[in-house]
Amino acid sequence: MVAGSFAESGADLELVGIHKRFPGFTAIEELSLKVPAGSFFALLGPSGCGKTTTLRLVAGLEEPTSGQVLIGGKDVTGMKPFQRPVNTVFQSYALFPHMTVIENVAFGLRRRKVDDPVAKAHEALRLVELDHLAARKPLQLSGGQQQRVALARAVVNRPALLLLDEPLGALDLKLRRQMQLELKTIQTEVGLTFVHVTHDQEEAMTMADTVAVMNKGAIEQMGAPEELYELPTTVFVANFLGQSNLFTGPVVESTGDTIAVDIAGTRIVVPTARAQRHSGIVTVGVRPEKLSLVTEDPGPAAGLNVIGPGRVVDVSFSGVSTQYIVEVPRLGTMVCFAQNMVFGPVVDVGASVWLSWKVDHGFGLDDVAEQAGAVQVGSAQDIAALDPEAVL
Amino acid sequence: MAIAALAGSTVTQEAPRKKSRIALILLLPGIFYLVLFFIVPFVSLVITSLQVPSATNFGQFDTAFNWQTYVDVVGQYGTQILRSFFFALLATVFALLFSYPLAYFIGVKARRWPLLQGLMLVLVIAPFFISFLLRTLAWKQILSDEGFVVSALKALSVLGPQDHITGTPVAVVFGLTYNFIPFMCLPLYTTLERLDVRYLEASNDLYAGPFATFRKVTIPLSLPGIVSGTLLTFIPAAGDYVNASSEFLGGSSSTMMGNVIQSNFLVQLNYPAAAALSIFLRAIILIIVSAYVKRSGTDDLL
Ligand SMILES: Nc1ncnc2c1ncn2[C@@H]1O[C@H](COP(=O)(O)OP(=O)(O)OP(=O)(O)O)[C@@H](O)[C@H]1O
Ligand SMILES: [Mg+2]
Repeated sequence: MVAGSFAESGADLELVGIHKRFPGFTAIEELSLKVPAGSFFALLGPSGCGKTTTLRLVAGLEEPTSGQVLIGGKDVTGMKPFQRPVNTVFQSYALFPHMTVIENVAFGLRRRKVDDPVAKAHEALRLVELDHLAARKPLQLSGGQQQRVALARAVVNRPALLLLDEPLGALDLKLRRQMQLELKTIQTEVGLTFVHVTHDQEEAMTMADTVAVMNKGAIEQMGAPEELYELPTTVFVANFLGQSNLFTGPVVESTGDTIAVDIAGTRIVVPTARAQRHSGIVTVGVRPEKLSLVTEDPGPAAGLNVIGPGRVVDVSFSGVSTQYIVEVPRLGTMVCFAQNMVFGPVVDVGASVWLSWKVDHGFGLDDVAEQAGAVQVGSAQDIAALDPEAVL
Repeated sequence: MAIAALAGSTVTQEAPRKKSRIALILLLPGIFYLVLFFIVPFVSLVITSLQVPSATNFGQFDTAFNWQTYVDVVGQYGTQILRSFFFALLATVFALLFSYPLAYFIGVKARRWPLLQGLMLVLVIAPFFISFLLRTLAWKQILSDEGFVVSALKALSVLGPQDHITGTPVAVVFGLTYNFIPFMCLPLYTTLERLDVRYLEASNDLYAGPFATFRKVTIPLSLPGIVSGTLLTFIPAAGDYVNASSEFLGGSSSTMMGNVIQSNFLVQLNYPAAAALSIFLRAIILIIVSAYVKRSGTDDLL
């Protein structure tokens, strides 16, 4: 980047066949991706899957074992971090303890000889609502305040490519929403490219143009948020991004438009276009909010999958919706979210119910869940507590 | 004195002011030690420095309040006093220039190889296993006129046929530097060993090249080590009388204050002069050190 000026626009980022091996541990198996200039790219994944390592490779703090990093079409693989038009909001903040907050924020500006660094630093601090603490040392700030300083210190440089490693993780919900808006504004105003690592799925879905789900050092699936949510292609994505009811069984019938899978005597039909594989043993699934819960057998109907009867084992009310957990013999446990159209739950624990969903809402996955149905479901808390890697 | 100055620079918070008997009991041995080995000798030294030669008994001194001794010794030994501080300053600077890269390598670069780190630390400390008098004598041998250093330098015409190394200021400053390098290296190593490289990465990420990162991040973060290292070198070096003694590396052109005090005490038996010089040396060092500690503002760090 030219000294003394800000980036006019974002730069695109391309990773080509990146492989990163630490002594005794392969952190990145094989990573190729392209982030178009001016887009907001979110990287989601379980702890230890290599998100930070990916950002460090882009920033130049780590050298890939093989592969190339291109920024703005230029190969920067051999370039030092300070030569790259990239700034990072570090997961560990890494605020200089010997400098005041304002000096921390002005650091990058001073190095690049930008005019009036202090005024610009104050402006960035106002953005994160910390201007009144400008004279403090970082150790005299709370964790969330430190995080916002780290954000200001990177954002103030308006780099063509900004890497954010869980930049809002320590903030309360209200402040987080506000910072999300600020970030989005900065990003769209100047058209900068953001690569954003987060554990907050909602944050990734609402802010990003493209979401990539990473697992064990490789990208499992990448695409627009709706696409990723509505049509997951792997068991990992189906369970990591939201919840899913999954069933595994052999394909017993395949017409032009649909495939039918036999799950312990129950037929589940999925559109061919929404299934990754069309023969053999496959895992199919449906999102819990797509299910409708009825107390009488609706009978077979065209374009509808029906399973039941099952027994409601748990009902939990969560405001806008109610979560029902239904035990279906031979199929396992299923989760169903129902909108609260009436006061209170429609059925109680112990009730006998049928679950149905439109064939069009189902999806077929590329890989096979090791255990059908039962594992993926359970209460939301159970799912959060499960190590996603252990599920696989 | 050095200890007191160091402690003052590292205490960051005042301990809670709560009267505690246990604290007092724990402090007693320290206070006793200070009174016995610091206050008492110091008072005795002050009294000695103000004495006058006895009119009746030759070689005896009578208690008096003769502050004129101070004026006399400062006037008489001005050159040696200035030389002492100058040599100590040079030795401190050279020791710092030599030790910083070494400590940085051991403390930061060698983190990946703990074995190498340990080995190098042992090498830094190893000289302590041999008396420094012996080591200084060994250097006298090496640098002597018959030694290979002098012959090699003469062969290269760096030294003229009549030149020496021993007995010159060069040899004294060299000896001081050599003897105090471990004292510089160890405090530097302790701070650099704790240096979080993530700060260096952040600096790199914020467009600072290696030099700017060193100046703006590494040095300020290792300042506590630099301050203690320089104090541990400068203070004893200014009062050192071994290196500059003519039995070791010094000569008449390189006499330092320590040698003057030694000769006044043990050779000329002029106790008031020696005592006055000692106190003067102490006072000056105290002033220099407090100004230095205050300026480097180390208590702001960490
Ligand atoms: N210097 C290193 N040496 C060896 N292994 C490393 C090193 N740095 C990271 N790893 C390993 O590489 C893997 C990926 O680490 P990384 O920091 O990228 O995870 P992450 O996705 O950012 O996780 P989190 O969400 O917890 O921050 C981890 O298993 C980690 O133990
Ligand atoms: Mg991380």
